[in-house]
Amino acid sequence: MRDVAVVGVGMTRFGELWEKSLRDLYVEAALSAIENSGVDRIDSMIIGCMTSGLFVGQEHLGSIMADYLGIKHLPASRVESACASGGLAFRHAFIEVASGMSDIVMAGGVEKMTDISGDGATYALATAADQEYEVFHGATFPGLYALIAVAHMEKYGTTRDMLAAVAVKNHDNGSMNPNAQYPFKITMDMVKSSVMVADPLRILDCSPITDGAAAVILTTVDIAKKLGKAYIKVTGSGHATDAIALHSRDDLTTIAAATAAADKALKMAGKTIKDIDFAEVHDCFTIAEIAVTESVGIFEPGKGGEAVLKGETALDGSFPINTSGGLKSKGHPVGATGVAQIVEVYKQLTGSAENGRQLKNNPKVGMAQNMGGSGGSSLVHILEVA
Amino acid sequence: MFSARDWREYPRRYRLEAGKCKKCGKVLFPARLVCPECGAREFETEILLETGKVLTYTVIRVAPSQFTDQAPYAIAIAELTNGVKLMAQLVDCDVDDIKVGMEVRIEFRRVQTDDHHGILSYGYKFVPKWY
Repeated sequence: MRDVAVVGVGMTRFGELWEKSLRDLYVEAALSAIENSGVDRIDSMIIGCMTSGLFVGQEHLGSIMADYLGIKHLPASRVESACASGGLAFRHAFIEVASGMSDIVMAGGVEKMTDISGDGATYALATAADQEYEVFHGATFPGLYALIAVAHMEKYGTTRDMLAAVAVKNHDNGSMNPNAQYPFKITMDMVKSSVMVADPLRILDCSPITDGAAAVILTTVDIAKKLGKAYIKVTGSGHATDAIALHSRDDLTTIAAATAAADKALKMAGKTIKDIDFAEVHDCFTIAEIAVTESVGIFEPGKGGEAVLKGETALDGSFPINTSGGLKSKGHPVGATGVAQIVEVYKQLTGSAENGRQLKNNPKVGMAQNMGGSGGSSLVHILEVA
Repeated sequence: MFSARDWREYPRRYRLEAGKCKKCGKVLFPARLVCPECGAREFETEILLETGKVLTYTVIRVAPSQFTDQAPYAIAIAELTNGVKLMAQLVDCDVDDIKVGMEVRIEFRRVQTDDHHGILSYGYKFVPKWY
Protein backbone atom coordinates (compact mmCIF):
# COMPACT_ATOMS: atom_id res chain seq x y z
CA MET A 1 0.00 0.00 0.00
CA ARG A 2 1.16 3.52 -0.77
CA ASP A 3 1.17 6.27 1.87
CA VAL A 4 -1.87 8.50 1.36
CA ALA A 5 -2.30 12.22 2.04
CA VAL A 6 -5.19 14.67 2.15
CA VAL A 7 -3.88 17.64 0.26
CA GLY A 8 -6.83 19.97 0.02
CA VAL A 9 -10.33 20.45 1.40
CA GLY A 10 -13.45 22.40 0.58
CA MET A 11 -16.99 22.74 1.81
CA THR A 12 -20.06 24.86 1.35
CA ARG A 13 -21.67 26.70 4.21
CA PHE A 14 -24.12 24.32 5.88
CA GLY A 15 -27.71 25.43 6.32
CA GLU A 16 -31.08 25.91 4.69
CA LEU A 17 -29.69 26.98 1.33
CA TRP A 18 -32.86 27.65 -0.65
CA GLU A 19 -31.01 29.20 -3.59
CA LYS A 20 -28.71 26.19 -4.14
CA SER A 21 -29.50 22.86 -5.79
CA LEU A 22 -27.96 19.43 -5.16
CA ARG A 23 -25.55 19.90 -8.07
CA ASP A 24 -24.72 23.51 -7.14
CA LEU A 25 -23.75 22.41 -3.66
CA TYR A 26 -21.55 19.54 -4.79
CA VAL A 27 -19.73 21.47 -7.50
CA GLU A 28 -19.07 24.41 -5.16
CA ALA A 29 -17.41 22.15 -2.58
CA ALA A 30 -15.53 20.17 -5.24
CA LEU A 31 -14.07 23.24 -6.94
CA SER A 32 -13.07 24.65 -3.58
CA ALA A 33 -11.20 21.43 -2.71
CA ILE A 34 -9.42 21.34 -6.08
CA GLU A 35 -8.34 24.95 -5.74
CA ASN A 36 -7.24 24.46 -2.13
CA SER A 37 -5.10 21.43 -3.08
CA GLY A 38 -3.32 22.87 -6.08
CA VAL A 39 -3.87 19.73 -8.20
CA ASP A 40 -4.36 20.26 -11.92
CA ARG A 41 -6.48 17.15 -12.42
CA ILE A 42 -8.35 14.40 -10.61
CA ASP A 43 -8.25 10.79 -11.78
CA SER A 44 -11.39 9.56 -10.07
CA MET A 45 -14.19 10.70 -7.78
CA ILE A 46 -16.20 8.96 -5.06
CA ILE A 47 -19.37 10.69 -3.83
CA GLY A 48 -21.12 9.89 -0.57
CA CYS A 49 -24.83 10.60 -0.59
CA MET A 50 -27.51 8.91 1.47
CA THR A 51 -30.66 9.38 -0.51
CA SER A 52 -30.76 12.12 -3.13
CA GLY A 53 -33.36 9.92 -4.81
CA LEU A 54 -35.83 10.51 -1.99
CA PHE A 55 -34.78 14.09 -1.22
CA VAL A 56 -34.79 15.48 -4.78
CA GLY A 57 -35.50 12.53 -7.07
CA GLN A 58 -31.97 12.49 -8.47
CA GLU A 59 -29.77 9.37 -8.62
CA HIS A 60 -26.83 8.58 -10.92
CA LEU A 61 -24.79 11.15 -9.01
CA GLY A 62 -21.35 10.15 -10.27
CA SER A 63 -22.22 11.13 -13.80
CA ILE A 64 -24.16 14.31 -13.11
CA MET A 65 -21.49 15.69 -10.79
CA ALA A 66 -18.61 14.81 -13.14
CA ASP A 67 -20.51 16.52 -15.96
CA TYR A 68 -21.19 19.67 -13.94
CA LEU A 69 -17.58 19.71 -12.75
CA GLY A 70 -16.68 19.81 -16.41
CA ILE A 71 -14.48 16.71 -16.39
CA LYS A 72 -15.31 14.53 -19.37
CA HIS A 73 -15.43 10.75 -18.85
CA LEU A 74 -14.19 11.00 -15.25
CA PRO A 75 -14.66 7.67 -13.44
CA ALA A 76 -17.12 8.70 -10.72
CA SER A 77 -19.05 6.55 -8.26
CA ARG A 78 -21.63 7.17 -5.60
CA VAL A 79 -21.49 5.12 -2.39
CA GLU A 80 -24.13 4.81 0.31
CA SER A 81 -24.10 3.79 3.94
CA ALA A 82 -26.89 6.03 5.27
CA CYS A 83 -25.45 8.87 7.37
CA ALA A 84 -21.98 7.28 7.06
CA SER A 85 -21.96 7.67 3.26
CA GLY A 86 -19.39 10.49 3.40
CA GLY A 87 -17.01 8.47 5.55
CA LEU A 88 -17.45 5.55 3.19
CA ALA A 89 -16.62 7.76 0.19
CA PHE A 90 -13.43 8.85 1.96
CA ARG A 91 -12.48 5.23 2.68
CA HIS A 92 -12.98 4.17 -0.94
CA ALA A 93 -10.94 7.12 -2.19
CA PHE A 94 -8.23 6.14 0.31
CA ILE A 95 -8.26 2.54 -0.93
CA GLU A 96 -8.06 3.69 -4.55
CA VAL A 97 -4.99 5.85 -3.93
CA ALA A 98 -3.32 3.38 -1.53
CA SER A 99 -3.75 0.53 -3.99
CA GLY A 100 -2.09 2.40 -6.82
CA MET A 101 -5.18 2.32 -9.00
CA SER A 102 -5.39 6.13 -9.11
CA ASP A 103 -3.02 8.91 -8.04
CA ILE A 104 -5.41 11.78 -7.31
CA VAL A 105 -8.94 11.05 -6.10
CA MET A 106 -11.68 13.32 -4.82
CA ALA A 107 -13.88 12.13 -1.96
CA GLY A 108 -17.01 14.23 -1.77
CA GLY A 109 -20.28 14.16 0.08
CA VAL A 110 -23.55 15.98 -0.48
CA GLU A 111 -27.15 16.10 0.68
CA LYS A 112 -29.91 18.48 -0.32
CA MET A 113 -32.52 17.99 2.39
CA THR A 114 -34.78 21.04 2.29
CA ASP A 115 -36.51 20.51 -1.06
CA ILE A 116 -38.99 18.24 0.74
CA SER A 117 -41.45 18.58 3.63
CA GLY A 118 -40.50 17.71 7.19
CA ASP A 119 -42.58 14.55 6.94
CA GLY A 120 -40.84 13.64 3.68
CA ALA A 121 -37.45 14.15 5.31
CA THR A 122 -38.50 11.97 8.26
CA TYR A 123 -39.49 9.25 5.80
CA ALA A 124 -36.24 9.56 3.82
CA LEU A 125 -34.05 9.40 6.93
CA ALA A 126 -36.01 6.48 8.33
CA THR A 127 -34.90 4.36 5.37
CA ALA A 128 -31.65 3.95 7.35
CA ALA A 129 -33.59 1.93 9.94
CA ASP A 130 -35.30 -1.46 9.58
CA GLN A 131 -38.46 -0.69 7.60
CA GLU A 132 -40.43 -3.81 8.55
CA TYR A 133 -39.42 -4.21 12.21
CA GLU A 134 -38.75 -0.66 13.40
CA VAL A 135 -40.25 1.99 11.12
CA PHE A 136 -43.45 -0.07 10.60
CA HIS A 137 -44.16 0.30 14.33
CA GLY A 138 -43.77 4.08 14.32
CA ALA A 139 -40.09 4.41 15.24
CA THR A 140 -38.34 7.60 14.10
CA PHE A 141 -34.62 8.41 14.24
CA PRO A 142 -34.93 10.58 17.33
CA GLY A 143 -36.97 7.67 18.71
CA LEU A 144 -34.22 5.12 18.08
CA TYR A 145 -31.57 7.27 19.76
CA ALA A 146 -34.02 7.95 22.60
CA LEU A 147 -34.18 4.17 23.13
CA ILE A 148 -30.37 4.17 23.41
CA ALA A 149 -30.53 7.17 25.78
CA VAL A 150 -33.05 5.56 28.14
CA ALA A 151 -31.01 2.33 28.20
CA HIS A 152 -27.82 4.33 28.87
CA MET A 153 -29.44 6.36 31.66
CA GLU A 154 -30.85 3.20 33.21
CA LYS A 155 -27.56 1.27 33.09
CA TYR A 156 -25.06 4.03 33.94
CA GLY A 157 -27.05 6.82 35.54
CA THR A 158 -26.36 9.19 32.65
CA THR A 159 -28.34 12.37 33.29
CA ARG A 160 -30.42 14.92 31.43
CA ASP A 161 -27.72 17.52 32.20
CA MET A 162 -25.02 15.36 30.60
CA LEU A 163 -27.03 15.18 27.38
CA ALA A 164 -27.62 18.92 27.41
CA ALA A 165 -23.92 19.58 28.02
CA VAL A 166 -23.08 17.90 24.70
CA ALA A 167 -25.33 20.31 22.79
CA VAL A 168 -24.06 23.36 24.70
CA LYS A 169 -20.40 22.41 24.14
CA ASN A 170 -20.92 21.75 20.43
CA HIS A 171 -22.72 25.06 19.93
CA ASP A 172 -19.84 26.81 21.75
CA ASN A 173 -17.46 25.32 19.16
CA GLY A 174 -19.83 25.86 16.24
CA SER A 175 -20.18 29.54 17.13
CA MET A 176 -16.60 29.85 15.83
CA ASN A 177 -17.22 27.93 12.60
CA PRO A 178 -18.11 30.22 9.66
CA ASN A 179 -19.65 27.25 7.81
CA ALA A 180 -21.97 26.19 10.64
CA GLN A 181 -25.73 26.15 10.18
CA TYR A 182 -26.30 27.37 13.75
CA PRO A 183 -23.19 29.39 14.65
CA PHE A 184 -24.43 30.59 18.03
CA LYS A 185 -24.22 29.53 21.65
CA ILE A 186 -27.06 27.94 23.58
CA THR A 187 -27.56 27.33 27.31
CA MET A 188 -28.38 24.25 29.36
CA ASP A 189 -31.79 25.75 30.17
CA MET A 190 -32.54 26.27 26.47
CA VAL A 191 -31.83 22.60 25.75
CA LYS A 192 -33.79 21.35 28.73
CA SER A 193 -36.84 23.48 27.99
CA SER A 194 -36.93 22.91 24.22
CA VAL A 195 -39.74 20.90 22.61
CA MET A 196 -39.79 17.19 23.43
CA VAL A 197 -39.33 15.03 20.31
CA ALA A 198 -38.90 11.52 21.73
CA ASP A 199 -38.41 11.27 25.50
CA PRO A 200 -35.85 12.15 26.80
CA LEU A 201 -34.56 13.79 23.61
CA ARG A 202 -35.67 17.35 22.91
CA ILE A 203 -35.29 19.32 19.73
CA LEU A 204 -31.98 20.82 20.94
CA ASP A 205 -30.62 17.29 21.46
CA CYS A 206 -31.08 16.68 17.71
CA SER A 207 -28.94 17.60 14.73
CA PRO A 208 -30.86 19.60 12.13
CA ILE A 209 -32.05 19.08 8.55
CA THR A 210 -29.29 20.63 6.43
CA ASP A 211 -28.20 21.35 2.88
CA GLY A 212 -24.49 21.12 2.22
CA ALA A 213 -21.51 19.49 0.58
CA ALA A 214 -17.87 18.84 1.40
CA ALA A 215 -14.96 17.50 -0.65
CA VAL A 216 -11.34 16.55 -0.05
CA ILE A 217 -8.50 15.58 -2.38
CA LEU A 218 -6.52 12.44 -1.64
CA THR A 219 -3.20 11.62 -3.26
CA THR A 220 0.07 9.92 -2.43
CA VAL A 221 2.39 11.49 0.12
CA ASP A 222 5.00 11.71 -2.65
CA ILE A 223 2.72 13.78 -4.89
CA ALA A 224 1.54 15.84 -1.91
CA LYS A 225 5.14 16.84 -1.14
CA LYS A 226 5.66 18.00 -4.73
CA LEU A 227 2.48 20.11 -4.67
CA GLY A 228 4.00 22.16 -1.90
CA LYS A 229 0.71 22.80 -0.07
CA ALA A 230 -0.26 21.85 3.48
CA TYR A 231 -1.16 18.18 3.69
CA ILE A 232 -1.92 15.56 6.33
CA LYS A 233 -1.45 11.79 6.26
CA VAL A 234 -4.21 9.19 6.37
CA THR A 235 -2.75 6.42 8.50
CA GLY A 236 -5.78 4.37 9.49
CA SER A 237 -9.13 3.44 7.98
CA GLY A 238 -11.67 1.21 9.70
CA HIS A 239 -15.15 0.21 8.56
CA ALA A 240 -17.65 -2.06 10.28
CA THR A 241 -21.32 -2.96 10.04
CA ASP A 242 -23.79 -4.29 12.58
CA ALA A 243 -27.44 -5.33 12.73
CA ILE A 244 -29.52 -2.50 11.32
CA ALA A 245 -32.32 -3.06 13.87
CA LEU A 246 -31.44 -1.77 17.32
CA HIS A 247 -33.23 -4.64 19.05
CA SER A 248 -31.07 -7.18 17.19
CA ARG A 249 -27.91 -5.95 18.96
CA ASP A 250 -26.53 -7.41 22.16
CA ASP A 251 -25.97 -4.16 24.05
CA LEU A 252 -28.29 -1.16 23.61
CA THR A 253 -25.87 1.26 25.32
CA THR A 254 -22.88 0.87 23.03
CA ILE A 255 -22.22 1.24 19.30
CA ALA A 256 -20.39 -1.98 18.50
CA ALA A 257 -19.79 -1.00 14.86
CA ALA A 258 -17.92 2.11 16.06
CA THR A 259 -15.84 -0.02 18.42
CA ALA A 260 -14.94 -2.44 15.62
CA ALA A 261 -14.18 0.33 13.11
CA ALA A 262 -12.01 2.21 15.63
CA ASP A 263 -10.09 -0.96 16.53
CA LYS A 264 -9.32 -1.59 12.85
CA ALA A 265 -8.32 2.01 12.14
CA LEU A 266 -6.08 2.27 15.21
CA LYS A 267 -4.43 -1.06 14.42
CA MET A 268 -3.69 0.05 10.86
CA ALA A 269 -2.21 3.30 12.17
CA GLY A 270 -0.17 1.47 14.80
CA LYS A 271 -1.75 3.58 17.51
CA THR A 272 -3.91 3.27 20.61
CA ILE A 273 -6.71 5.63 21.58
CA LYS A 274 -4.29 7.34 24.01
CA ASP A 275 -2.26 8.55 21.01
CA ILE A 276 -5.22 10.50 19.63
CA ASP A 277 -5.32 14.23 20.43
CA PHE A 278 -8.89 15.10 19.38
CA ALA A 279 -11.84 13.66 17.47
CA GLU A 280 -14.80 14.53 15.33
CA VAL A 281 -17.57 12.07 16.21
CA HIS A 282 -21.08 11.49 14.92
CA ASP A 283 -23.29 13.50 17.31
CA CYS A 284 -26.53 13.20 15.35
CA PHE A 285 -28.15 13.24 18.80
CA THR A 286 -26.53 14.23 22.09
CA ILE A 287 -26.62 10.64 23.37
CA ALA A 288 -24.78 9.51 20.22
CA GLU A 289 -21.70 11.56 21.11
CA ILE A 290 -21.63 10.07 24.61
CA ALA A 291 -22.16 6.50 23.37
CA VAL A 292 -19.54 6.85 20.63
CA THR A 293 -16.83 8.37 22.81
CA GLU A 294 -17.28 5.35 25.08
CA SER A 295 -17.53 2.85 22.23
CA VAL A 296 -14.26 3.92 20.58
CA GLY A 297 -12.50 3.84 23.96
CA ILE A 298 -11.95 7.55 24.66
CA PHE A 299 -13.87 7.11 27.92
CA GLU A 300 -14.82 4.05 29.96
CA PRO A 301 -18.37 2.75 29.39
CA GLY A 302 -20.74 4.95 31.38
CA LYS A 303 -18.19 7.76 31.86
CA GLY A 304 -18.77 9.68 28.62
CA GLY A 305 -21.54 11.90 30.00
CA GLU A 306 -19.60 12.86 33.09
CA ALA A 307 -16.59 13.77 30.91
CA VAL A 308 -18.68 16.24 28.91
CA LEU A 309 -20.13 17.80 32.06
CA LYS A 310 -16.61 18.27 33.48
CA GLY A 311 -15.41 20.01 30.32
CA GLU A 312 -12.99 17.25 29.32
CA THR A 313 -14.29 17.30 25.75
CA ALA A 314 -14.32 21.11 25.40
CA LEU A 315 -11.81 22.95 23.18
CA ASP A 316 -9.46 23.38 26.12
CA GLY A 317 -10.25 19.97 27.64
CA SER A 318 -8.03 16.89 27.79
CA PHE A 319 -9.76 15.31 24.75
CA PRO A 320 -11.56 17.86 22.57
CA ILE A 321 -14.56 16.39 20.74
CA ASN A 322 -16.28 18.02 17.76
CA THR A 323 -14.23 21.20 17.52
CA SER A 324 -16.22 22.00 14.36
CA GLY A 325 -19.47 22.25 16.31
CA GLY A 326 -20.35 18.70 15.36
CA LEU A 327 -23.49 17.69 13.56
CA LYS A 328 -25.49 19.51 16.23
CA SER A 329 -24.30 23.05 15.51
CA LYS A 330 -22.50 22.76 12.18
CA GLY A 331 -25.43 20.91 10.62
CA HIS A 332 -25.92 17.39 9.26
CA PRO A 333 -26.38 17.11 5.49
CA VAL A 334 -26.19 13.35 5.94
CA GLY A 335 -24.08 12.34 2.93
CA ALA A 336 -21.68 15.27 3.41
CA THR A 337 -21.12 14.81 7.14
CA GLY A 338 -18.37 12.17 6.99
CA VAL A 339 -16.34 14.27 4.55
CA ALA A 340 -16.93 17.49 6.53
CA GLN A 341 -15.46 15.72 9.57
CA ILE A 342 -12.26 15.13 7.56
CA VAL A 343 -12.27 18.82 6.58
CA GLU A 344 -12.25 19.80 10.27
CA VAL A 345 -9.50 17.33 11.19
CA TYR A 346 -7.44 18.68 8.27
CA LYS A 347 -7.91 22.25 9.49
CA GLN A 348 -6.95 21.39 13.06
CA LEU A 349 -3.86 19.43 11.98
CA THR A 350 -2.69 22.15 9.58
CA GLY A 351 -3.39 24.94 12.09
CA SER A 352 -6.02 26.59 9.92
CA ALA A 353 -9.24 26.29 11.96
CA GLU A 354 -11.00 29.65 11.91
CA ASN A 355 -12.18 32.18 14.49
CA GLY A 356 -10.41 30.96 17.59
CA ARG A 357 -11.45 27.31 17.56
CA GLN A 358 -7.94 26.16 16.55
CA LEU A 359 -6.62 23.78 19.22
CA LYS A 360 -3.73 25.41 21.06
CA ASN A 361 -1.65 22.35 21.92
CA ASN A 362 -0.31 21.56 18.43
CA PRO A 363 -2.42 18.45 17.81
CA LYS A 364 -0.59 15.70 15.93
CA VAL A 365 -3.19 12.95 15.52
CA GLY A 366 -6.93 13.27 14.92
CA MET A 367 -9.80 10.82 14.58
CA ALA A 368 -12.99 11.07 12.52
CA GLN A 369 -15.89 8.74 13.37
CA ASN A 370 -18.93 8.66 11.10
CA MET A 371 -22.04 6.55 11.75
CA GLY A 372 -24.88 5.12 9.70
CA GLY A 373 -28.39 4.76 11.10
CA SER A 374 -28.59 3.91 14.78
CA GLY A 375 -25.17 2.25 14.53
CA GLY A 376 -25.70 -0.21 11.67
CA SER A 377 -22.45 1.05 10.15
CA SER A 378 -19.46 3.09 11.19
CA LEU A 379 -16.32 4.48 9.60
CA VAL A 380 -13.29 5.59 11.59
CA HIS A 381 -10.24 7.34 10.13
CA ILE A 382 -6.96 8.29 11.77
CA LEU A 383 -5.20 11.33 10.35
CA GLU A 384 -1.79 12.68 11.27
CA VAL A 385 0.33 15.74 10.66
CA ALA A 386 2.75 15.38 7.76
CA MET B 1 -47.59 0.67 0.45
CA PHE B 2 -48.67 -2.08 -1.92
CA SER B 3 -50.68 -4.90 -0.42
CA ALA B 4 -48.13 -7.62 -1.28
CA ARG B 5 -45.60 -5.94 0.98
CA ASP B 6 -48.11 -6.11 3.81
CA TRP B 7 -49.37 -9.67 3.39
CA ARG B 8 -45.85 -10.99 2.87
CA GLU B 9 -45.29 -10.17 6.55
CA TYR B 10 -48.43 -11.93 7.84
CA PRO B 11 -46.56 -14.97 9.22
CA ARG B 12 -44.57 -12.64 11.51
CA ARG B 13 -47.10 -9.92 12.19
CA TYR B 14 -50.25 -12.03 12.50
CA ARG B 15 -48.95 -15.38 13.71
CA LEU B 16 -45.67 -14.40 15.44
CA GLU B 17 -43.75 -17.06 13.55
CA ALA B 18 -40.04 -17.13 14.38
CA GLY B 19 -37.31 -19.49 13.18
CA LYS B 20 -35.49 -21.73 15.64
CA CYS B 21 -32.01 -22.82 14.54
CA LYS B 22 -31.89 -26.61 14.47
CA LYS B 23 -28.19 -26.58 15.36
CA CYS B 24 -27.75 -24.04 18.19
CA GLY B 25 -31.37 -23.45 19.23
CA LYS B 26 -31.24 -19.67 18.75
CA VAL B 27 -34.71 -18.26 18.06
CA LEU B 28 -34.68 -15.60 15.35
CA PHE B 29 -37.43 -13.09 14.73
CA PRO B 30 -37.90 -12.65 11.86
CA ALA B 31 -36.67 -16.01 10.61
CA ARG B 32 -33.62 -15.90 8.38
CA LEU B 33 -31.81 -18.17 5.96
CA VAL B 34 -28.55 -18.16 7.93
CA CYS B 35 -28.17 -18.32 11.71
CA PRO B 36 -26.03 -15.33 12.84
CA GLU B 37 -24.87 -17.31 15.88
CA CYS B 38 -23.59 -20.53 14.32
CA GLY B 39 -23.98 -20.19 10.55
CA ALA B 40 -26.39 -23.11 10.24
CA ARG B 41 -29.10 -22.98 7.61
CA GLU B 42 -31.80 -25.26 8.94
CA PHE B 43 -34.63 -23.89 11.01
CA GLU B 44 -37.97 -24.97 12.38
CA THR B 45 -40.89 -22.62 12.87
CA GLU B 46 -41.50 -21.61 16.44
CA ILE B 47 -44.23 -19.32 17.68
CA LEU B 48 -43.01 -16.44 19.86
CA LEU B 49 -43.79 -16.56 23.55
CA GLU B 50 -46.11 -13.68 24.25
CA THR B 51 -44.67 -12.33 27.49
CA GLY B 52 -41.51 -10.40 28.24
CA LYS B 53 -40.13 -7.29 29.87
CA VAL B 54 -39.20 -3.80 28.69
CA LEU B 55 -35.49 -3.21 28.08
CA THR B 56 -35.89 0.40 26.93
CA TYR B 57 -38.66 2.70 25.70
CA THR B 58 -39.42 6.18 24.44
CA VAL B 59 -42.47 8.31 23.76
CA ILE B 60 -42.73 9.52 20.18
CA ARG B 61 -44.09 13.09 20.25
CA VAL B 62 -43.23 14.03 16.65
CA ALA B 63 -44.68 11.21 14.57
CA PRO B 64 -44.56 10.18 10.90
CA SER B 65 -47.78 10.95 8.99
CA GLN B 66 -49.23 7.42 9.29
CA PHE B 67 -48.98 7.74 13.08
CA THR B 68 -49.95 11.34 13.81
CA ASP B 69 -53.43 10.23 14.96
CA GLN B 70 -51.77 8.02 17.60
CA ALA B 71 -49.15 10.51 18.92
CA PRO B 72 -47.91 10.69 21.55
CA TYR B 73 -47.29 6.94 21.67
CA ALA B 74 -44.68 4.77 23.31
CA ILE B 75 -42.39 2.35 21.52
CA ALA B 76 -40.35 -0.18 23.41
CA ILE B 77 -37.81 -2.90 22.93
CA ALA B 78 -38.80 -5.92 25.00
CA GLU B 79 -37.01 -9.18 25.64
CA LEU B 80 -39.41 -12.08 25.53
CA THR B 81 -39.22 -14.97 27.93
CA ASN B 82 -37.29 -17.07 25.40
CA GLY B 83 -34.65 -14.37 24.81
CA VAL B 84 -36.03 -12.91 21.57
CA LYS B 85 -35.88 -9.11 21.44
CA LEU B 86 -38.28 -7.06 19.36
CA MET B 87 -39.61 -3.55 18.98
CA ALA B 88 -43.26 -2.54 19.05
CA GLN B 89 -45.58 0.10 20.43
CA LEU B 90 -46.48 -0.20 24.10
CA VAL B 91 -50.14 0.73 24.52
CA ASP B 92 -53.08 0.60 26.93
CA CYS B 93 -51.20 2.40 29.67
CA ASP B 94 -50.30 5.98 30.57
CA VAL B 95 -46.93 6.73 28.94
CA ASP B 96 -45.78 8.21 32.26
CA ASP B 97 -46.25 4.84 33.95
CA ILE B 98 -43.85 2.98 31.66
CA LYS B 99 -40.63 1.78 33.26
CA VAL B 100 -37.64 -0.28 32.20
CA GLY B 101 -38.22 -3.79 33.48
CA MET B 102 -42.03 -3.66 33.41
CA GLU B 103 -43.68 -6.85 32.26
CA VAL B 104 -45.56 -6.83 28.99
CA ARG B 105 -47.36 -9.21 26.71
CA ILE B 106 -48.07 -9.16 22.99
CA GLU B 107 -51.48 -8.38 21.53
CA PHE B 108 -52.73 -8.23 17.97
CA ARG B 109 -53.68 -4.69 16.97
CA ARG B 110 -54.02 -2.27 14.08
CA VAL B 111 -50.60 -0.66 13.72
CA GLN B 112 -50.98 1.96 11.02
CA THR B 113 -53.18 3.28 8.25
CA ASP B 114 -51.73 4.05 4.85
CA ASP B 115 -54.05 6.85 3.76
CA HIS B 116 -52.68 6.91 0.24
CA HIS B 117 -53.52 3.30 -0.67
CA GLY B 118 -56.15 2.75 2.02
CA ILE B 119 -54.35 -0.24 3.50
CA LEU B 120 -54.88 -1.01 7.16
CA SER B 121 -51.80 -2.72 8.55
CA TYR B 122 -52.14 -5.01 11.54
CA GLY B 123 -49.53 -6.56 13.73
CA TYR B 124 -48.28 -6.88 17.29
CA LYS B 125 -48.13 -4.34 20.07
CA PHE B 126 -47.06 -4.65 23.69
CA VAL B 127 -49.55 -4.10 26.49
CA PRO B 128 -48.89 -4.20 30.25
CA LYS B 129 -48.98 -7.81 31.43
CA TRP B 130 -51.50 -7.08 34.18
CA TYR B 131 -53.90 -5.46 31.74
